[in-house]
Amino acid sequence: MINRRLLSACAASLWLAVAPARAASAGPPEMAQQLEALASDDSDAQRAAVNALAESGDRNFVAALEALRTENLYVWTAPDGARRLVITREKTTVDGQDAYVLSEAYAGTPLHDASGADVTAKSDTLQEVSVDRRLRAVVAVALERLKLVDPDPTVRRAAAKNLADKGDVSALPALAHAFDSERARAAHAALEESYNLLKLLAPGDEDKLAAVTRLEALHSTDAVPRMRELQKGAATPLQAAVARAVDSIQRWQKLTRVIYAVFSGLSLGSILMLMSLGLAITFGVMGVINMAHGELMMIGAYATFLTQNWFQAHLPASFFGAYFLVSIPVSFVAAGAAGYLLERSVIRFLYGRPLETLLATWGVSLILIQAARFYFGDLTAVTTASWLSGGIEVMAGVQLPYNRLFIIGFTLVCVAGVYVLLLRTSVGLRIRAVTQNRAMSAAIGIPTNKVDAWTFALGSGLAGMAGCALTLIGNVEPDLGQNYIVDAFIVVVTGGVGKLAGTVAAALGIGWMNTLLELVTDSAVMGKVLILALVMLFLQRRPSGLFPPTGRQVEY
Amino acid sequence: MKISQVGMLRRTVAVAVVAGIAMLRLAAPGMAADEEPIKIGILHSLSGTMAISEVSLRDVDLMAIDEINTKGGVCITKGDKKTCHKIEPVVVDPASNWDLFAEKAKQLLLQDKVAVVFGCWTSVSRKSVLPVFEGNKGLLFYPVQYEGEECSDNVFYTGAAPNQQAVPAVEYLMSEEGGGAKKFYLLGTDYVYPRTTNKILRAMLKAKGVPDDNIREEYTPFHHQDYQQIVQKIKEFAAGGKTAVISTINGDSNVPFYKEFANQGLTAADVPIMAFSVAEDELRGMDTSALVGHLATWNYFQSVDTPENKTFVEHFKAYAKKHNLPDADKRVTDDPMEASYFGVYLWKQAVEKAGTTDVDAVRKALYGMEFKAPSSMVKIDERNHHTWRPVLVGEIKKDGQFKIVHRSKGPVKPEPWSEYTNPDKGCDWVDHQGTYQK
Repeated sequence: MINRRLLSACAASLWLAVAPARAASAGPPEMAQQLEALASDDSDAQRAAVNALAESGDRNFVAALEALRTENLYVWTAPDGARRLVITREKTTVDGQDAYVLSEAYAGTPLHDASGADVTAKSDTLQEVSVDRRLRAVVAVALERLKLVDPDPTVRRAAAKNLADKGDVSALPALAHAFDSERARAAHAALEESYNLLKLLAPGDEDKLAAVTRLEALHSTDAVPRMRELQKGAATPLQAAVARAVDSIQRWQKLTRVIYAVFSGLSLGSILMLMSLGLAITFGVMGVINMAHGELMMIGAYATFLTQNWFQAHLPASFFGAYFLVSIPVSFVAAGAAGYLLERSVIRFLYGRPLETLLATWGVSLILIQAARFYFGDLTAVTTASWLSGGIEVMAGVQLPYNRLFIIGFTLVCVAGVYVLLLRTSVGLRIRAVTQNRAMSAAIGIPTNKVDAWTFALGSGLAGMAGCALTLIGNVEPDLGQNYIVDAFIVVVTGGVGKLAGTVAAALGIGWMNTLLELVTDSAVMGKVLILALVMLFLQRRPSGLFPPTGRQVEY
Repeated sequence: MKISQVGMLRRTVAVAVVAGIAMLRLAAPGMAADEEPIKIGILHSLSGTMAISEVSLRDVDLMAIDEINTKGGVCITKGDKKTCHKIEPVVVDPASNWDLFAEKAKQLLLQDKVAVVFGCWTSVSRKSVLPVFEGNKGLLFYPVQYEGEECSDNVFYTGAAPNQQAVPAVEYLMSEEGGGAKKFYLLGTDYVYPRTTNKILRAMLKAKGVPDDNIREEYTPFHHQDYQQIVQKIKEFAAGGKTAVISTINGDSNVPFYKEFANQGLTAADVPIMAFSVAEDELRGMDTSALVGHLATWNYFQSVDTPENKTFVEHFKAYAKKHNLPDADKRVTDDPMEASYFGVYLWKQAVEKAGTTDVDAVRKALYGMEFKAPSSMVKIDERNHHTWRPVLVGEIKKDGQFKIVHRSKGPVKPEPWSEYTNPDKGCDWVDHQGTYQK
């Protein structure tokens, strides 16, 4: 093994020495040389090659540069002994060995063999092209310049932004050209901002003044420090313009902060709501103090994790994005089944004895945590599907992440579903009947045992779905439930036990209060402390919560 | 021979043997009799929140003991007589509970009478066992990087002091090679390690001429999951000036933070995050896609290229497989594991040099003791109970390993009292009694 590696290393350097003579990659021949120089052992040569590719303005090089940056660029020894630069795609297994599906380095088109099938290479025939931090910085600029001519406006826009950040005035003509020929509206604004940001560094006062005016209109936050810099020692008219611009931008900044805080609160509130929803049924409606509620969330999260693993193992990579949608019902069923078992084996013997229920379920929760630790070992996390990564920029300086938007939508669907189920169906009617007056329900022929079990399973299943959604934000670990259980109880109690509307209102209220307090005190720790203090004060004043239960209730 | 005489003889022999053993014990206090195993304690949480990190340290401790035992054990030469003792580990579980740490430490020292203890991860657990070790003449090897400002005669610190991790990390970020950062966002979990580390870093940045406006400090509670506003603040802070985030975020808050960071459109190229608590073992289970390109500073990475490290990694993987540890095929090695591992060897060498397991003698033998560890040659300082180790900066790769982008020239001298926050203090157990005023 060692010998073979050594041999292939020698062969690589040998091949690199003669590389220019053998153009193995497609594309213009002089560029093919530069492309191959990327694989050089000499980082100066690598850098020169990267710059040459950027200069060419040929978008087909983006694939190779991107691969270089993400360490997916390899030198591959084909079975016939030829060596070529390739990009690795999905990971598979061939003869029990790790292998990768390959793409051409030029333009990144998938490689096919004579029969049209994908070409795969075992990992020991691949040699990684090394890239260090400095080269990566050069690659980053080169990529941005090539991306200025990308057909996708969002790509062009991001590229311009990054170029401005890098403060390299030599990119000004390239940017000006890109900005002039830009047709898409959103990208136009970003290109304009970047162009003007760079123009602030231009020599002429007139250019600077024009840039300042434009930047003010664009609400450019990035411009503030640069303008302040500019203000020092500038001529009076420029100075006045800069002062005005900075002022206006800062007002805008405050607005975005508020808008973002509103969104954060909504997002936090929706997460709280999702995880309290199950508890609102098991604790709120049924009156069971289930300390293992958090562990039901954990079961949902692990169900998501296992679904993901199953998808990775058994389905082609193109299906991977769908795993999350499948994992939602899977986690519901898994946690629901666990809840059903819990109710049948433990809780049903303890109805009407809250203290014993609390202790018994707490014991169950400890068992579940340690069981998960034994079985899954350690911290695990699921890979967020690509369609849920990233975010949408709604206004200058505010990017809303897709995973959070998804959770907000998902929560709405769940709340609506539970509402309809409890208040608009005969099943819901039975659930309410049993919890309000067990003896009377039994007398009119409702199988109260069954209703109890299924209601508990429903609440547990909702917890499982919450656990599934939480994998979008954090990790999957045995203690996952412990992080949320207290918050969930706080929400249900604050909302008023037994009231769905109360849970919804309390979750949103606490979410918003928390973000507001964090914003005002400028500290996450203080935000958390104050919110707990507020809840305490509130419950002192109104022990039965926001929406106290009304009507007659039969006490057990 | 009458039966009673036989009895007499037997009794005499027995008395003589007992006396002999007693004399041996007197001659070498704390030494076990010939061939008797030496007991050592392992004090790492195997359940509770810290189990995620600490279980690996137990595994690697047991592996080191295994290695030593298969090579014959700890061999002590007395005159021309050489006796070898197997090591017998006593593993206890303090269950991530700080009070239990002290209780279990007491049990190890007084009941099991172990010669040395390898253990603790969090600073609070170390602080809680400190009086136990100091009051009962125990010896503790502490393998994790920490905030410094401690200098105990009963502890050997094989992890990094702040000047071997945090300070060089920030120096790297300020260098041209590291991107020339001008603004620093110090973000941590709210407890003693991040707060003390950030106090030192702030003093250091000030000393290097970074204005107060360019430093932000922020803390989150344990298990914090909601990083929305913090990332938004970082975004605003980073506007128009090369910024780096210095993260001392602990444990399960890391993934939510890195995910939020990426989702709000920040990248490692624009704003790199330098972490002091994210190592290979933490990355093993994480979704690393959001972390690629971000940085960490340690004294060891699994990717270190030395023959010692190759053997170390291979041994550990084989050990994990052989003992059926969970996820055996995915196990990795990291800095605290290396520090645990070479700690066991340093202690073994010291016992062999001292010829006894007596704490005072072993302590003296440890001063200046060197060992060829997986990362490089390491050495216990001649005076301050800390360890000379190399400093490495690594970039997170998508497979959860680190690409080493910077390394110190040789091992760095440990300074438990930072020159920035406590320039007047030093730690010396040879010419002084621990912490002293310079």
